Amino acid sequence: MPDMTKSDTSVAAPDAVDVAAPALQVVKSEKTRSLWGDAWQDLRRNKIFIISAVLILLLLTITFFPGWFTSANPAYGDLSKHYLQKPQLGKVFSAEWLGYDQQGRSVYARLIYGARASIAVGFGTTLLVTIVGGLVGMIAGYFGGLVDSVLSRLVDVFFGIPFLLGTMVVLNSFPERTAWVVIGALGFFGWTQLARVMRGAVITTKQSDYVQAAKALGASTPRILFRHILPNTLAPVIVVATISLGVYIGSEATLSFLGLGLNGVSWGNDISDGGNQIRVAQWIMLYPSIMLTLTVLAFIMLGEAVRNALDPKTR
Amino acid sequence: MTIIEEAFVPSPRDGEDNGGPLLEVRDLHVEFRTREGVVRAVNGVNYSVSAGETLAVLGESGSGKSVTAQAIMGILDMPPATIPQGEILFRGQDMLKMSAEERRKIRGRRIAMIFQDALSSLNPVLSVGYQLGEMFRVHQGLSKKDAKAKAIELMDRVKIPAAAARISDYPHQFSGGMRQRIMIAMALALEPDLIIADEPTTALDVTVQAQVMDLLAELQREYNMGLILITHDLGVVADVADKIAVMYAGRIVERAPVHELYKRPAHPYTRGLLDSIPRLDQKGQELYAIKGLPPNLLHVPDGCAFNPRCPRAEDVCRTEVPALLGITAQDGTELVGRASACHFRKETIDG
Amino acid sequence: MADPGKIEEPQDAAAPNVSEVEVVDAHSESEAVAAIEAPVERGEPILQVRNLVKHFPLTLGILFKRQVGAVKAVDGISFDLYQGETLGIVGESGCGKSTVAKLLMNLERATAGEIFYKGQDITKLSGRAMKAVRRNIQMVFQDPYTSLNPRMTVGDIIGEPFDIHPEVAPKGDRRRKVQELLDVVGLNPEYINRYPHQFSGGQRQRIGIARGLALNPEVIICDEPVSALDVSVQAQVINLMERLQDEFNLSYIFIAHDLSIVRHISDRVGVMYLGKMAEIGTDEQIYDHPTHPYTQALLSAVPVPDPDAREHRERIILTGDVPSPANPPSGCRFRTRCWKAQDKCAEETPLLAVPQRFQGVDTPAAHESACHFAEEKDVVHAA
Repeated sequence: MPDMTKSDTSVAAPDAVDVAAPALQVVKSEKTRSLWGDAWQDLRRNKIFIISAVLILLLLTITFFPGWFTSANPAYGDLSKHYLQKPQLGKVFSAEWLGYDQQGRSVYARLIYGARASIAVGFGTTLLVTIVGGLVGMIAGYFGGLVDSVLSRLVDVFFGIPFLLGTMVVLNSFPERTAWVVIGALGFFGWTQLARVMRGAVITTKQSDYVQAAKALGASTPRILFRHILPNTLAPVIVVATISLGVYIGSEATLSFLGLGLNGVSWGNDISDGGNQIRVAQWIMLYPSIMLTLTVLAFIMLGEAVRNALDPKTR
Repeated sequence: MTIIEEAFVPSPRDGEDNGGPLLEVRDLHVEFRTREGVVRAVNGVNYSVSAGETLAVLGESGSGKSVTAQAIMGILDMPPATIPQGEILFRGQDMLKMSAEERRKIRGRRIAMIFQDALSSLNPVLSVGYQLGEMFRVHQGLSKKDAKAKAIELMDRVKIPAAAARISDYPHQFSGGMRQRIMIAMALALEPDLIIADEPTTALDVTVQAQVMDLLAELQREYNMGLILITHDLGVVADVADKIAVMYAGRIVERAPVHELYKRPAHPYTRGLLDSIPRLDQKGQELYAIKGLPPNLLHVPDGCAFNPRCPRAEDVCRTEVPALLGITAQDGTELVGRASACHFRKETIDG
Repeated sequence: MADPGKIEEPQDAAAPNVSEVEVVDAHSESEAVAAIEAPVERGEPILQVRNLVKHFPLTLGILFKRQVGAVKAVDGISFDLYQGETLGIVGESGCGKSTVAKLLMNLERATAGEIFYKGQDITKLSGRAMKAVRRNIQMVFQDPYTSLNPRMTVGDIIGEPFDIHPEVAPKGDRRRKVQELLDVVGLNPEYINRYPHQFSGGQRQRIGIARGLALNPEVIICDEPVSALDVSVQAQVINLMERLQDEFNLSYIFIAHDLSIVRHISDRVGVMYLGKMAEIGTDEQIYDHPTHPYTQALLSAVPVPDPDAREHRERIILTGDVPSPANPPSGCRFRTRCWKAQDKCAEETPLLAVPQRFQGVDTPAAHESACHFAEEKDVVHAA
């Protein structure tokens, strides 16, 4: 009875040295695959990834080509446009679509142009903390010993400073707050998390046999670091970086709301303004808030999706 | 020692109770749905164990030996696993048809399992005494004090020195061998009828392995338990088993009493395995090596799964799946307890 | 050039297992490289280990660490490896055998002692001389799933030795060389662009071996090279390693816990216990005429694939566990588990030497054994 039931499966493999993984995580022998390739296969079928990726792409387009979305000037205030004109939801994509604020500026135009500040600060800070934190973490993790002790304590010290309070104190001393200043302040207090992640990943990777094998061959330290350790630590770093991107965008808005963010058009500034008029004109605060929430959510979802795709255990 | 509760086995098949096997697996299939396709990990496995008997399930990684055990215990992750067909009869009752609650009652109480990695099977933040006592508190409703006394008694029984003093130690404070003893103690706590040991000594050193196997065999005799020993080690099997089932690519390819199997294997895979292990008592020449690799379970070869690696393979082996059939000796009598899934089983057993 | 006075043997002076080291005094780096590149006759010592010690400090404190003790992983061992032979090293987990491998590969710094490769102490080398040693001593790792970088193709993995030692193969030649190596270890040369996870355990171990062979080394240290593999694949890899040894004239140090495999492949075998060598000799001396009680217990505990033997085989079941290497017993380290132990064993550390009673006697039992009460006992054939 147990036999003869299933002789349907594919062709027998006559090649004695054909690829066959011994366990259940079997692998097709036909095409070359890597962890990233697998992850991509996984992501392509992940609805959450698709949604967040589309959102982020849209956001990037808005950032780089605001003119495609509105012809209105976000800074131009026309007081004749009713002091607080209500949204006209039928007039999609027009300047009056989402109404006007107290100075007669188009809320929609400000929404479009405000994206730039968020994205610039988000990406800029993430890049900064990834480079600084990654480097510190890698050095601490790889060299260990006293270097590690000193750097780890430094990380602990920075970690102990409340993130927002720290940035507020720093930003408060800058009268002119350009994107660079905000990025610098956020990065200065934010690099520790990536340093910790990187250090942990490097320590794990450092002990693996293939790193020992490279050492046994006489490989130089840069070679071991950049060819063997770095590629194998990228996965957790990318995940943390993606998630923190959303967090930095939120932080920028928070700072702007508190009056310590970027000078100029930004969602945070508009939320702050809108907050003062929430009882007469809710929409001024509502729309930037929705955009901000969606943006942060998109990055966090993207990070989670990538994390799951890169972790073979979740498959 | 084992108390056979008659009330517990109301099954109509119970007429053969005394002579019948404790556990019988019938035509069990287990499949895993993966991205690449359906992996048929277990493909119609039949075996049985009686009280006091040791069945060794021998196989390499991917042969389905552990998956079968997990299916018996009901600890397979479903999904991705599914059991499309088969029966697992415990004292004549099909466990696959039981409710989750009924199965839970059997698990631990009637059938217990010992895993390879004792450290990860014990909770690191609870003391060993607490974990042992938990069995009595939960299943038998004993008081804390009584449970602790029972736990000490159990640790004594598995020969952990100074049991009373070590009762509040944590798992990491014990050595690998001692941890495996604690695992055995936990499995024994409720005096189960059947123990499934999945590679119980693989992670241990040789001298400790000998201690643990000895202990397991002794306790099995004492409690008259059935034992399913899952292993890849032909040496361990030879030491403790009564009968052996050899698995390859999700099927049993040979079944035999232990002495018979080593003397006259009836399947080329078994023969190859026996020939490929070096001997301790003599220096051999070049080792016999089975060519090729264990099959990819997504692409199991047509016909006999072993055919690409088999020195004896002929055309029939590539087209027809051989059934696991009994073997008749040269004088025409059926060989008791023997079966082989090879088209040429007679030729193989005769050399 | 020879300077025998330089290395005093405080413990094993009388031991014939270790021959005299001919230290080559190299005054410059090129002299050292020349000595390392010089050929060695078959049967001559190529690697000589003397009183090798590795203690891992146990520290407390966060920034300023202070040492509170040491794990004595390797505590003074000496042995020779002869050109063309296989020296097996067996022992249970924690006996220090893997640390020995790391010390020989210079992946760990020795706390004390010397490792002479063709008369050069490799623990003191650096620069070009060290690189030359690295080229000549290679390693095969235990776990074929972690010893290959998952982000590199097979071609990159096997070709990496050539990137690090470009003098071995000119750039244009490398791809062909890699394919040759794949062929040598029995893999399809067309697999050069695949990633490690596309191979099974046995195939990955072949890739690891190919990487080890790339630089044409003289010595290969194998740390449990087959213990992670399936039984039916183990034999293939063992046969491959034996074939390569003949083909490329290699010397192996074969570290494993599987005593049957070690006997099969080794010419000589050393038994380690808690950082010390308990017994060393030819495979016949160790397996058929063991004199150290630990070796006897170890051998008797190995399950033999012969069910008929189980009734009448004598088994020495040791009690207790291996003591912690951070706090080893005084005197003989095995005494806490030994059935022969007496007061003397706690007071006096037995030296690794031919036991008094066998000295001058022509018997296979006359080999070095670190036991005060060494006695021959055949546990493998007892029937």
